[in-house]
Parts: sequence; structure tokens; C-alpha cells
Amino acid sequence: MTTPLLDIDDLHFAWPGQPELLHIAQLRLDAGERVFLEGPSGSGKTTLLGLIGGVQTASRGHVRLLGADLAALRAGARDRLRVDHTGFIFQQFNLLPFLSVEANVLLPCQFSALRRQRACQRHGSERAAAGRLLEHLGLSPALLPRRAGALSIGQQQRVAAARALIGQPELVIADEPTSALDADRRDGFLRLLFDECRAAGASLLLVSHDRSLARHFDRRLALPELNRAHPATER
Amino acid sequence: MLLLRLALASLNNRRFTALLTVLAIALSVCLLLTVERVRNEARASFASTISGTDLVVGARSGSVNLLLYSVFRIGNATNNIRWESFEHYARHPRVSWAIPLSLGDSHRGYRVLGTSTAYFEHYRYGRRQALQLAEGRPFAADPFEVVLGAEVAQALDYRLGDSLVLAHGVARISLLKHDDKPFRVVGILARTGTPVDRTLHVSLAGMQALHLDWRNGMPAQGSARLSADQAREADLAPRQITAFLLGLDSRIATFAVQREINAYPGEPLLAVLPGVALQELWSLMGTAEQALFVISLFVVLIGLVGMLTAILASLNERRREMAILRSVGARPWHIAALLVAEALVLALAGMLGGLALLCLGIAAAQGPLQAHYGLYLPLAWPGAHEWRLLAAVLVAAVLMSAVPAWRAYRQSLADGLSIRL
Ligand SMILES: Nc1ncnc2c1ncn2[C@@H]1O[C@H](COP(=O)(O)OP(=O)(O)OP(=O)(O)O)[C@@H](O)[C@H]1O
Ligand SMILES: [Mg+2]
Repeated sequence: MTTPLLDIDDLHFAWPGQPELLHIAQLRLDAGERVFLEGPSGSGKTTLLGLIGGVQTASRGHVRLLGADLAALRAGARDRLRVDHTGFIFQQFNLLPFLSVEANVLLPCQFSALRRQRACQRHGSERAAAGRLLEHLGLSPALLPRRAGALSIGQQQRVAAARALIGQPELVIADEPTSALDADRRDGFLRLLFDECRAAGASLLLVSHDRSLARHFDRRLALPELNRAHPATER
Repeated sequence: MLLLRLALASLNNRRFTALLTVLAIALSVCLLLTVERVRNEARASFASTISGTDLVVGARSGSVNLLLYSVFRIGNATNNIRWESFEHYARHPRVSWAIPLSLGDSHRGYRVLGTSTAYFEHYRYGRRQALQLAEGRPFAADPFEVVLGAEVAQALDYRLGDSLVLAHGVARISLLKHDDKPFRVVGILARTGTPVDRTLHVSLAGMQALHLDWRNGMPAQGSARLSADQAREADLAPRQITAFLLGLDSRIATFAVQREINAYPGEPLLAVLPGVALQELWSLMGTAEQALFVISLFVVLIGLVGMLTAILASLNERRREMAILRSVGARPWHIAALLVAEALVLALAGMLGGLALLCLGIAAAQGPLQAHYGLYLPLAWPGAHEWRLLAAVLVAAVLMSAVPAWRAYRQSLADGLSIRL
């Protein structure tokens, strides 16, 4: 059996001063897989993504990314592992508004030599990689030097996707990336995201409230079913 | 490098607050440097006002007062002294030279000093530098000749051969002018950076000639009035002077001669050692000067606290920025360093601004300061001491930035990826 991309094993997590939020016995993600994660507001979806990215660490249990146990790593190594192998897209306000579009896309390459190297390998230079990604995501190269804050929300989300994808991380984590978009732009965005993930060979873990999106995915997970801790949630 | 670029871009995004912060720091740094420079220059120019004189002698009053009016041309003598007293000590066996000083008149705000040619020969300032004539010659036999200090000539635009009228008393606007007896400019002294520059020098005979026909502080009227030519013919031997300077043949004699003068039976006299009196005077001002320095330090501190407030206030709205940076691989210490870099940029910009303000301020105020206070502020590159002060400001800024840096560090650890706006 090959090592899964992501392997969660008996994970426990609680925010300081709060009751246990997550207890996940088992969760695996294979390379190239597209997984849809749903759950009511407050159920701990974003928290789980933070745990997978190593921004938080589990109080008990293991999160293994590409075979590396995040809890066993030092903080610095965890930060490096995150940027080397994952790309994040958030719901909204993904970009540093005061940087140019290009600088935003290139941010992971600034912190990760591996991502920089991969971007250069494939496209000759990181800037070329940024340009190519944006082009594939339907953004004109004329936008590259523009201030990121000046773009529309839909454009910003695509820039965020380009940033998550640059340098081919193995895992793209998207936290409700479409909830700020209308239906048309939502489908268009997802299609582009899928295409690019496929082209880069990246797995996609996408969180959303919108169940209608689930059919596009290989697998659909509901956090409340996975989670043995039962936090109070809305709805 | 990346962090610095990010800090700059982020600051640029908040440039209005950033500019205000920089302005506050710049103003406070400018104040600190100004106080420092004025303090040092004042002390230096102060100490170099008189040198080589062993004793200053005047009517009995305070030693500081004597020094102020005789050397600094500030304030007035309480009493005059008799010419005989001066002659007595000028002939004293231990005295190698004596300079009489007669004060009391003025010309457009500048003091007039009646003296003898010994003044040009023996007066020393700075590092025992003698007075130099930039143009012309010392006053000679004719009583109505005047030698101008450098600044008087420059400020009032007098050339050799010009004639000018002295005023009675030292008020800036004097109602009583000696306009019947004009003086001719025969010499202009080179600049010394001392009160000499702000003085008009006439002979004692000239001083006497002006006041020949005065009675009880008022000019004579009508026929009692003497013309300049009549005055030239009259007996112009001085009767009173204000003070005199003595050079002795050996330093060791100083205290003995001082004691002797202080016990002079002819009239009550006071002899002081200029070094001692200068010291006393400076210690009077020293406290004020130190207080000023401490105050300016506090102002800098306030400027830095302003910066601290601005950075701390921005932290909350920038949690998003921090979370994004964390998601693309920034470590918590990157976040902390970002804030330190920000403080560094603000402080540096403030300091450069402060230096620029200082230069502008000095360039603008140099002339008036010199004219009104005799304080020459050089437009010079900061000295070692000033660089140390600036470095201290920078270090203080960095130390203070540890507060927001630490908060942002904690925050970025606690927030994770879930920041709601
Ligand atoms: N940084 C944090 N510090 C403390 N508690 C937090 C933090 N982030 C989230 N929580 C708590 O954890 C619980 C789950 O939050 P989380 O953001 O993971 O939910 P979610 O499933 O992503 O919700 P939503 O769908 O609204 O985004 C909430 O009760 C929230 O208050
Ligand atoms: Mg969430």
C-alpha cells in the first residue's frame, strides 16, 4: 500500500478553554483525489483545515502529510511542510491588497524553495509560471502589475487559486472558495480549479456549505459524521 | 529582504497614519538634535568668548553680573568706576596690559564700547586668538572714529567711510541720539563668533566727547550745546569707565592682585577670574540646559510611543494579512519580524526627516540666531555624539516594537486560519 497523501489517525483537538471540538478516528486522502467536506457552521471545518496545514497542532493523535507526522515536527519544519506541499484558498479576502497580483501569486515561492524550484522547472521562471496560471484561470496578463485590492471578488478568488497552485503543491485546500461568487461564476471557478489541480496532479480538499457542488467530487465527507466529538453547532 | 518589502508595502497601504507617525518622530528627533546642537554650540561659544585675560574688574556687584555686562554685553553696570582706579592698576608692577571698557551707548540695538587701542592689541578669544581687522584700521587720534564688529557691519551694511550716529542708552529704540556728532567707520573687525561681532568700538575720547555737554543724563540745549569740532578741541580725558580687563605678567600673581583690588581703598571694586565666573555662569544655565535635554528625550519617547500606538492599533485589522502570510508558509517569527521591520522603517524615516528638518531649520534660523543671540549654529553633518543619540533612538524604537511583535506572534499562533472580519 502506498502512503496516502494525508492520513489522520485518532485526532483530538480543542481550542484553549473550550470543550473538545474535533475527534476524528480516521481520515485519508489519496494523491489526486478530490474530496468535498461539508458540515454546519461552527462544526470545526476551518479548524480541521488548519490542523491539516499544521497551523494548529492536535492535542492528541496524528496528522500525517506525505508520511510526515506534523505533531512530531518542530514548528519551523511544520511551516515549511505546509508551504512546500499545500496551497490554501479561503472564502474571501485571500490576497494582500497592497501587493500586486503577481506578488500575491508568487508569495509561496518566497517562502518555499521547493515551490520556487518546481515553478521554474515547469515554466522556466516563477514569473512565467504565475503568468501561465493566471492565463489558464482566465485572467489577462494585463492584471499582473495591478494592486490586488483593486480586483473584483471573482478575480481575486482566481488569483488566490493561482497562488495555491503555483509550484505544484500536492494538496490544495479550499475553505468555501465559492461562497462569495454567484452561481455562474461559481461553476466557472470550480471548473478552472479542477482543471488546474488535475494538470498539476494535486489533490483537492474543498469545504463548502453548498451540497450541490458535491457531485463534481470523487468523494463527499460530512464532518459531523466523521467527528466523534459533538460540538454545539448552528442550524 | 522580503519582510522589508512586505513591511514597506503594508506601510504604504496605511500611508496616512504612517506619515503622521513619521512626522511625529521627525519632529521629536529634530527637537532633540536642535537642543543638543544649541547646547553644545552655546557651551563652546560661551567658553571661547574670552581668553588670556587674567582679571575682569568692575564696580562691586556680583561676579556673574560683572562678566555679563563687561564681556557678554548683557545687562548694565550698577556703577561706574573712576578713571584713577583704572590708571592705578594699569601702572601696577604685575600688570602687563590693561584694557578700559566704557559701556552705555548703543547703535540700532548694538552696544557701543569705548576702549583704548590696547583692546585691539591684547584682547583674546577662543584659543588665545587676537582680534583681526578685516578692513581698515583701529581708531586713532580723532575721537569720532568707530571700528565695527563683523556682524554690525554686515547686518547694517556699513562700509569703510560711512558715518553713523550713536544713541544714548541701550534701548533698541532710543529717543536721545547723539546726532550732532556722527562717527566715521574706519575699521571693520573679522568675525570672531563672540559678542565682539555685535559691538561698535570707539575711543574713550570719543565716548567722552559725546557726553561733554550732557548734564544729568540729558543733552544740553541751545547755546550750551557743543559742536563736534568744539568737542575735538575740548579736554577729552575720560573721567569714568565701566570696567577693565587686566593681563598679568604671571598667572601666579592672579590671586594676590585680585585680593589687592578687592581691598582697594579708593572705591569698592570687584575683580574676578573670567574662568571662574564663566564656570559659575554656566552652572546657572547648566541646570536649565540639562532640563531641556531631558525634556527633549521625553518628547522623543512620546514620538516613539505614538509609533507604538499606531502599530498596535493596526494589528487587529491586519489579522487577515497575518493569516494569509501564515498560510503561504510564513513562520510566526516572520510575522514578528515584519512588525519590527515596520517600526525600523518608521523610526528611520522619522530620523531622516528629523535630520532634514534640522538642516532646514538651521539654514533658516542661522542668520537670525547669530544676529540676535550671537549663537552660531554650523550647518554640519551630525557629530559622533549626535549619531550615538540617533542610534539610541533607533534601538529604543526596535525595543518598543517588541511589544506589537510579540502580540502579533501570539495572535498569529492563536488565530490559525480562522479569522472573521
Ligand atoms: N482562533 C480560534 N480561537 C478560538 N476558538 C476558535 C478559533 N477559531 C475557531 N474557533 C472556534 O472553533 C469552533 C469551530 O470553528 P470553525 O471556524 O472551525 O468552524 P467552521 O466549521 O469553519 O464554521 P463556518 O462554516 O462558519 O466557517 C467555533 O466554535 C469557533 O468559535
Ligand atoms: Mg470556516
